[in-house]
Amino acid sequence: MSVAIRASGIRKVFGDCVANRNASLEVATGEIHAVVGENGAGKSTLMRMIAGMYAPDAGTLEVNGRDVTGWSTREAIAAGVGMVHQHFMLVPTLTVAENLVLGQEPRAGLQFDRAGAEAAVRALCERTGLKVDPARRVADLTVGELQRVEILKVLFRGAKILILDEPTAVLSPPEVTELWKVLRALVAQGGTVVLITHKLDEVIEVSQRITVMRAGETVGQTDTAGATPASIARMMVGREVRLAGDDHAEPPTANPQTADGRRQTEAKTADGRRQMAGTASEARPIANAGTGSAALSVRALTVASSRRPNEVDNLSFEVRPGEIFGIAGVEGNGQTELIEAIAGLRPAVSGSVQLGGTDITGWTVRQRADAGLSHIPEDRHRRGLVLEYSIADDLILGLQHRFSRGLALVRDRIGRNADERITQFDVRPASATTPARALSGGNQQKVVIARELRGREFSVLLAVQPTRGVDVGAIEFIHDQLRAARNAGKAILLVSADLVEVLALSDRVGVMYGGRLVVTLPRAEASASVLGPWMTGAMTGGSHGGH
Amino acid sequence: MAATEATVPPRDPWYQRLMEPLLPPLTALLIAAVVGDLLILSFGQSPREVFRLLVEGTWANAYGFGQVLYKATTLACTGLAVALGIRAGMFNIGAEGQLALGGFAAAMVGLGLPAGTPAALAVLLCLLAAGAGGSLAAAVPGALKARFGASEVIVTIMMNFIVAALLNWLVATKVSVAESLHTPEIHAGAVPRLAEVIPAFHGSAANFTILVAIALAIAVWWYLFRTRAGYELRAVGLQPDAAEYGGIDVGRTWWRTLLLSGALAGLGGVNYVLGYKQYYEEGFAAGAGYLGIAVALVGRNHPGGVLVASLLFATLSQGALAVNALVPKQMVDVLTAVVIIAVATAVPEVQRMLRAVRGRLA
Amino acid sequence: MRKLIVALLVLVAVHLALLFIEPDGATRVATGDGVDVGIVFDVGGRGDKSFNDGAFLGAERAMKELGARVRFIEPGEGSDREAGLRLLAAEGMDLVIGVGFIFSDDLTLLAKEYPGVKFAGVDYAVAIDANGKPVPPPDNLAALKFREEEGSFLVGALAALVGKSKKLGFVGGMDFPLIHKFEMGYRAGVQAVCPDCTVIAQYAGVTPDAFKNPGRGQELGLSQYQQGVNVIFHASGSTGLGVFEAARRLGKLAIGVDADQYGEAPGFILTSMVKGVDEAVFGAIRQVRDGSFRGGIFELGLKERGVNYIDDANNAALITTEARERVEALRAEIIAGRITVPSTK
Repeated sequence: MSVAIRASGIRKVFGDCVANRNASLEVATGEIHAVVGENGAGKSTLMRMIAGMYAPDAGTLEVNGRDVTGWSTREAIAAGVGMVHQHFMLVPTLTVAENLVLGQEPRAGLQFDRAGAEAAVRALCERTGLKVDPARRVADLTVGELQRVEILKVLFRGAKILILDEPTAVLSPPEVTELWKVLRALVAQGGTVVLITHKLDEVIEVSQRITVMRAGETVGQTDTAGATPASIARMMVGREVRLAGDDHAEPPTANPQTADGRRQTEAKTADGRRQMAGTASEARPIANAGTGSAALSVRALTVASSRRPNEVDNLSFEVRPGEIFGIAGVEGNGQTELIEAIAGLRPAVSGSVQLGGTDITGWTVRQRADAGLSHIPEDRHRRGLVLEYSIADDLILGLQHRFSRGLALVRDRIGRNADERITQFDVRPASATTPARALSGGNQQKVVIARELRGREFSVLLAVQPTRGVDVGAIEFIHDQLRAARNAGKAILLVSADLVEVLALSDRVGVMYGGRLVVTLPRAEASASVLGPWMTGAMTGGSHGGH
Repeated sequence: MAATEATVPPRDPWYQRLMEPLLPPLTALLIAAVVGDLLILSFGQSPREVFRLLVEGTWANAYGFGQVLYKATTLACTGLAVALGIRAGMFNIGAEGQLALGGFAAAMVGLGLPAGTPAALAVLLCLLAAGAGGSLAAAVPGALKARFGASEVIVTIMMNFIVAALLNWLVATKVSVAESLHTPEIHAGAVPRLAEVIPAFHGSAANFTILVAIALAIAVWWYLFRTRAGYELRAVGLQPDAAEYGGIDVGRTWWRTLLLSGALAGLGGVNYVLGYKQYYEEGFAAGAGYLGIAVALVGRNHPGGVLVASLLFATLSQGALAVNALVPKQMVDVLTAVVIIAVATAVPEVQRMLRAVRGRLA
Repeated sequence: MRKLIVALLVLVAVHLALLFIEPDGATRVATGDGVDVGIVFDVGGRGDKSFNDGAFLGAERAMKELGARVRFIEPGEGSDREAGLRLLAAEGMDLVIGVGFIFSDDLTLLAKEYPGVKFAGVDYAVAIDANGKPVPPPDNLAALKFREEEGSFLVGALAALVGKSKKLGFVGGMDFPLIHKFEMGYRAGVQAVCPDCTVIAQYAGVTPDAFKNPGRGQELGLSQYQQGVNVIFHASGSTGLGVFEAARRLGKLAIGVDADQYGEAPGFILTSMVKGVDEAVFGAIRQVRDGSFRGGIFELGLKERGVNYIDDANNAALITTEARERVEALRAEIIAGRITVPSTK
């Protein structure tokens, strides 16, 4: 076995923050190697050093047996190491081909050789199976296509070792399946793939070997055959964890071609898990779900965005007390605008929103919150937290009027509130004065959830991407909190791009596509294979539409 | 989970905690000092002599120190005004006009009151007028920003010109003293000079308005960090989206903040009008509004920092007169600019702003 | 952190090292006898090539001819004017001069506070008391005032006589009474020789900055010349340098102010309406040396040769003989009191 990448004893410090300490990695040529770990475990930092973006403070890096410690991105590209980043770095106004050749444009005489560039890109598409029309403008592409262009861009520069940072975060299930095919094809042609992710099912499905990182350190390496999501999660967090999905399925690598089949298995077991849980402390009157008057009802709601006047298009649904209504869908299909309109952050063009029978369409954010609407926002870094604020201050965001007397804030009540929430939700570090910025993703989200669940009396909870960028251990905790709230009779509207999460939590599932709720199903009838076509728009309208 | 979570780092010793915020501005000041040395040498003068004169003319004698205090008072007010705006995510470049209108309003009230008005009442009324005048100049950009999202940078700059033209017209045609650029002396509302209590300050313009400036700094600190409005203001400045999510009316916060900011700058006008000359004069503190931006940045938008920074710039301004015999005044102007650039680029707030601008360009 | 400390120490070392460099002839120590004179210029005044520089010229001449030792101060803002005067008075200068009407109050105050020091105010504005009576300045303060309208009258007549256009231009600095004197005198002079001529008068602004805006001056100058004006008289400090630039670009004529500005645009300066600022400053210094200095109000007009227009080898070719005779006749009439030149709008 020849070694493509070997990193040993890597240490990297940013200011006061140790990103990597004694990190190591060994990737064999021709394998798909997964690097897993919680957020902040140092995966991305290690990868960026391999790609030449940073130099390590200590330790050595070898690529194909050559010591390359501290090389530059230019050198890395020349040596065939390319990285596909989490965030797309493409010029939207240029075509696919123009983006790919940027910086090394082929010329015909003095002019840009467009035909030549497009032909070269088309040939690469053929070879790799990454299908994109090179003449299209990047601005017109879907997220899945953008991802393909990013991979093509790296391959176009001759990369043999491909590093992908969380590539599936924005993809729908069929697009994920497509991506796996491409990666397998690349490996078959002699390439090497390093895949960073924290989705354990992906790891099991696509990789041959797994390196687990925790707190900046490499804590273990294992062959994927024989590993289970539970065993990997144990390595990641250092203890047992319950998972939202399957934790006792056979390793799906046994049947790598049928992703849908695997997901169906998983969906079933998710149901099974809930029944198990139901026998324990989470007992709830399931029979009541779907009855009673709606806690939240959305009627013929149309919401505009800067892009189009009907980003949410004449949409109607209801959420009843004691129910989690999950909305699945690929991001960018109007979910953000829908939630913002319900929360009062964006005006409705037409239609209405009712909270417990009261029309709140024109109300302010504060009026809605005080009337019993809690909201775990999609992006805690942008909306959910003021990152420079202390935990204590962030725990009263939206509640500040309840923590003031006259003009002044009541500091000791804020402090007591913080101590209480920190204990209840096990926020670490347990110091109320720590700025939110310094917390891990999971702990930041705990602060948001603690505030939204305990800060006010509420009847309806909007939970948007509640576990995005949150470590495995915290996902479990957050899911438990949502179920507990549901069992206490709250109506929960869950929006998540993570289908596994939607299926694991919801009592009813809807899919949003193109600003409409294209299908709504009881949980028992929903599965990844059933919902997949709706999510990609392969199926639209039909008898399930509306609610 | 315990194994993976960050633990509270041990607290650094006190001197290190103190060094962290102080080191960058100190380094910047020294850079400015070295640039100053080189400039002085380029004029064929001895740096030691110039710096000696600078210190002698400012902190080393009571009169000079009084002048420093006087200048710092105006700068503290405009600095606080700008700092409050920046805390709410706004660049109030209109402190210049707000200061002028505040001073003018104080003078008008002082002129309007009968001569026998009890001093305390008269001063209070003049202070209220100054604050209201400053607010008035800030109200236009505030309303345009809150209502239409108009850039406060542009509107406040334009207000400076409008206010200057308006006041000039009023002073030239309505309330002037012949062959002068000032109004008649006020009848009531004069603030006593410091020299009346501390004779050593004799001759300097330092007056009890400095207590107003210190009180304002304390009030701004309390407002920013101890009140609900301040909590909301800072949230709006740091993350408007999060503030909106937290039920805060961002537009109204901007509006309220600009009014307060204008009032702070307007109160600075009292220093000259009530404390020094007892009349409003055209261009009485020209540049103090713009210098307030530097004061706020160097003071890191913290009321305490603003007071220190206002002393620094006041020292440079007064020192400029003292060293004028050896080097041209422009040298001190250049030095002031170097201090601003060096300190400003060293403070995190400005670095964040620069990054944001770069991000918008990329 | 450690890097920053190292940088800090290096900077301290460099600064300390630089402090000990002693350039040759660095410190000027005042020696010898002769009068000590301090002059405070207006804010942003030095280098205006007219009014403030006129004071500087007078002081320079006094240094050369009278052996006076002169210190100059350029204030930065309003309160610096008093501070500058006070600094000089406290140092025991024999004579302290404030250049500009804006010093009036400060001079009055300091003259009372330092009775042993003599003060002079160029363009000093005499205060008016509650009954409308002028308040005489203290005995140790000489108020040097100029009848600018009289000089402006003559250049107005000259401009109309040689301008070959029924339109004449005026560019003022700040729009306020002191500059209105120039405009009104100029207008009257134009009307005196050409009743059907019109004067286009514009001001650069309404704040003191209007005296320091050459860009605006050029703009106004170009627009007036393009309207058919052939001669522009400016009374606008360094803003006028822009008017000269406009004249140079379009090949027209301009009239300088305060000092002889021929050198700013040779060939394009018809004449300059000079205020004898240099003469007044020099005179005050000489009086202090001779012991003949006395306080009071001194109004300097055509009669006292406090104002005049330039007619010398440089610009003689631009002035026709008839024009010269006509203007000189007008001068005689003003001096004789037969013509009273208006000074206010």
